[in-house]
Formats: sequence, structure tokens, C-alpha cells
Amino acid sequence: MPSLGADMEDGKLVEWLVKPGDAVHRGDVVAVVETQKGAIEIEIFEDGIVQSLEAELGATLPVGATLALIGDATAAAAPELKPEPKPAPPPVAARQAAPAEPQSAEAKPEPDPQPAPVKVSVPEPQPVTVEAKAPLPATPEPETLRPKLAETLAARHEIEVPPSSAPIPLATGTGSGVAASPAARALAAEKGIDLAGVTGSWPGGAIVLADVERAAAGTAEAPAPRTPPAKPARGFDVEAMRQGIAAAMTRSKREIPHYYMTHEVDLQQATDWLARMNANVAPADRLLMGALFVKATALAAKQVDGLNGHFDKDGFTRSETVNAGVAVALRGGGLVAPAIPAADRLSLAELMAAMRDVVARARAGRLRSSEMTSGTITISSLGDRGVDQMTGVIYPPQVALVTFGTPRAMARVLGDSIQIRQAVAVTLAADHRASDGRRGARFLTEIDKLLQSPEAL
Amino acid sequence: MNRDTLYAVFIEELVNVAPDLDAGTINRDDQLQDDLELDSMDVLNLVAALHDRLGIDIPEDDYLQIETPAKAADYLAARCK
Repeated sequence: MPSLGADMEDGKLVEWLVKPGDAVHRGDVVAVVETQKGAIEIEIFEDGIVQSLEAELGATLPVGATLALIGDATAAAAPELKPEPKPAPPPVAARQAAPAEPQSAEAKPEPDPQPAPVKVSVPEPQPVTVEAKAPLPATPEPETLRPKLAETLAARHEIEVPPSSAPIPLATGTGSGVAASPAARALAAEKGIDLAGVTGSWPGGAIVLADVERAAAGTAEAPAPRTPPAKPARGFDVEAMRQGIAAAMTRSKREIPHYYMTHEVDLQQATDWLARMNANVAPADRLLMGALFVKATALAAKQVDGLNGHFDKDGFTRSETVNAGVAVALRGGGLVAPAIPAADRLSLAELMAAMRDVVARARAGRLRSSEMTSGTITISSLGDRGVDQMTGVIYPPQVALVTFGTPRAMARVLGDSIQIRQAVAVTLAADHRASDGRRGARFLTEIDKLLQSPEAL
Repeated sequence: MNRDTLYAVFIEELVNVAPDLDAGTINRDDQLQDDLELDSMDVLNLVAALHDRLGIDIPEDDYLQIETPAKAADYLAARCK
């Protein structure tokens, strides 16, 4: 179970996208884990062959727990070579499973002894296109005795729909140690059914969609779910996310000696340039001021040491690339800051495309593990209807956070006249263990300088 | 396309851009950013979607004229003529 951020203690495995015997390559998405920040696609960190899946679907596992064993290609070339005997299920999972459902340890989805003849390669997530306003499509799974893996993969489509339709449940807060298919979990969450009270019909007691449907029919008069989905629910849990933010920000304020500085940057040049650029292109090719902010910050972070990198037990380690974490506010509350890798080397058009992509997936609760952890500096832009400035809190283990206020017309002195110019307040929150005020000031003035030549960004 | 159709198209694309909005609860006078919490990226995506769907290219200077569903329907109806 990888750590997907300073605020993460555990995660719930909700989906396997590989099975034993599959070849995987670094960067492939192999599993989906539910966290406070929504469902995160877990990317594998090395090449190899999947030997065994160690974690059971639905188990909440601490950071560091074993999810799967990956061997090298030579080991897999000899299929008769037995993998090491499986260790007992991680104690945490077992402990959680015990009170709810004693059998659940046996309900662990074993790798299918007879792998399906059809090769199931690592599938890229393929969201089922559903009318966005459609309610949760609780399409019953046919109750045939398919291999468990196939059932899991089929059920996958239940949770692959956009977040407007089928949130991956974590709001029920119960039954997390119970073995159940993702589709069953989704329906149970929607209906407010505690999975611990549902009898599973699969061997070992695992709960499938049909079991939840039966339970739902039996409890039609039951009280409404605790959190009735007044709106189509999101792919994340607002309260859990709030707790995650609280934990990370408390740690930040406890451990990081912040210093702050604000600088007013003239944006008239950039505003005029952007208007000219955008006037002649289709909407899909237009740029936002936010892309200029990210690019200028990334370039400045590359030039001025002490602001781009991570601070851990060994002290500050600078990063040679600038992975720009972009703070995305989520409707209804909450915030994520997925990283755009090597933002300093992207053209404005590429950066804009990357931002659109990552914002869309942040809203959908479908970010990737590398995006959650690789950020080396965070940029927060308050948008065009916000307030003048914000003094932010650094997201550990990063050492700097840059906030752009809402650009607006300001009275500025140019030479010996006062002019009305577009301008923005840029605020740096930086870690005094990694830099000091002089560095911070150089960094902000560098951002200023870069924004005066938008065409060069 | 008449104004009612354009209103419906606008709402549909709005919900596509912001899938966590419920079409049934959006009021005709809701301000996209203040009431519906769209950010500048969402607005741009909405304008791009309307361009794809209707062939109407809404320049940045006109964004204020689509700031609510009602205003947007009027604006699109005028641009359709």
C-alpha cells in the first residue's frame, strides 16, 4: 500500500486490474485504492510478472502493507515454479474483518486456479459513458457462477462510470473488512446497507451484487441512508477528505517553520497578450491565466534553490524537475493538489492541456498515485472571482506553496504617473528549514519578471 | 433551434462539465461561478463544449452574457439567428 500523501494512513483496496501471471511495466495501473481523496489508480513501480495478489478486495490496509508480489520475467517464464507460500493476511485486515464477518479471511479472492483462457491484459480504465445525470446504474449482474476474477472485472464497470453516477462507496463506514464485490459495495452504499449484515452467496461468504439487492428488497422500509445522496454523489467522501486535510495541515503547521511574503505583480502585459492569443483561436485552444501562473512559478522554482523539492528526515532534497502541484478546489468542499510532472518543460499549450486533464480527473475522483505524491511545489490560484490574496499552508513534504490572488484592476505607479493596470498579489509560504527570505524574495521577483514577457513562457 | 432547446442544451453541457451538479436543482438565474461554483477551467470547458455542439464560438468578451442559464439561452438564441 503506497503512501499517497502526507495525510494518508491507510487505503482500501477496491479493485485489481491485474491477475497472477500478467506482465506489468512501470507506470501501469494495477489496482484502485480508495483514499480520503477519492479513488486513486495505483501505478506499479517496476517491471515484472505478477506472482500473487496478497491483499483482499475491500480490505483497508495500512501504508506499507503488501498488496501483491511481483517477480522478474525469468521466474514467470517457469510457471511451475511455485511462488513462496503466502504470508498470513496482514494483521490489520484480519483484525478488522474478525468482528464483522468471521469467514471473511477465507473469502479472500484467491487467484483463479484456472486462469481464464482469455488474456486479460492490464486494462486502461475505460469509463462507461453514461448520461452524466443518470442515477447509479444498478444493473444486476447475471447470477452465473463465473470465475471470481471475471466477476470482479465485470463489476469493475460498475465503478468505472463517472463519479456523478457511481461513487465508490466509503461513506457507510461499516463492513470495510467484509469481502464484497465493488458493485455490491456501490449499491450497499447507495442504499445505506451495512454489508456486515448481508449474507454472501459466494463460496466463502463473499457478497455480490445480487446479495445486496436481496437485502435492499428486504429493507425497503428501512430508515433512509445517513447521507441521502441529494445530488449525484462524488467519487470521494467530503468528511474523510476534511479529516485528511486537517491531518496534513496540522502536521505542516506543527513541523514546518513557515515564513511568508507577498508581492504585487503587474499583469497588464500578460492580460493583453492572453486576450490577443485567445481572440483568434477556438475555445478548446484558449489559454487561462492560471497556465501562465503555473509556468512562471515552475520556471522560477527551477532557477531559485530551496523552494522546489521535499524535506524529509534527511533534510531538504532539491528536485531537478518541477512537478507542479495544482490546487483544485472541489465542489462541496475539499481540495486536492495533483502534480503536473516537469511543468517547467511544457509549452503553455501542453501545460494547459495537462491542467484540463488533471482538473477533470480530480473532479471525477480518479487521480493516479504518482500525481498524488510527486509534487515538488504547489500552486494555488484563487480564480477570477476570488479575493486579493491568501497566505497558504505548505503541503508536506514540500517546502513551498505559491498563491495567486484574484487579478484585478489596481492603481499602480509607473514612472511618474499613476495608471490603472491589471495586477495580482502573489504570496509565498516557504519552509525556513530550506530557504530564507532573500531566496523567497528572489523567487517572487523572478515570477514577476517572467510574467512581464508572457510570449516567452 | 429555439430558446427552450438551447436552454436545455446549455444545462446538459453544464452538467457534463460539472458532473457533480444535479440538473434538476439548477435555477435559471444561478450564476455559474458564484452559485454553481464553476471555476475558470470549467467555464472554458463549457464554452468549448458549446462550440462543439452548436458551432457557436463564444469569445471571452461575451462570457458575462452566459453567466446564468437564462442569460445564456437568450445569448445563444440571438447568436443562432
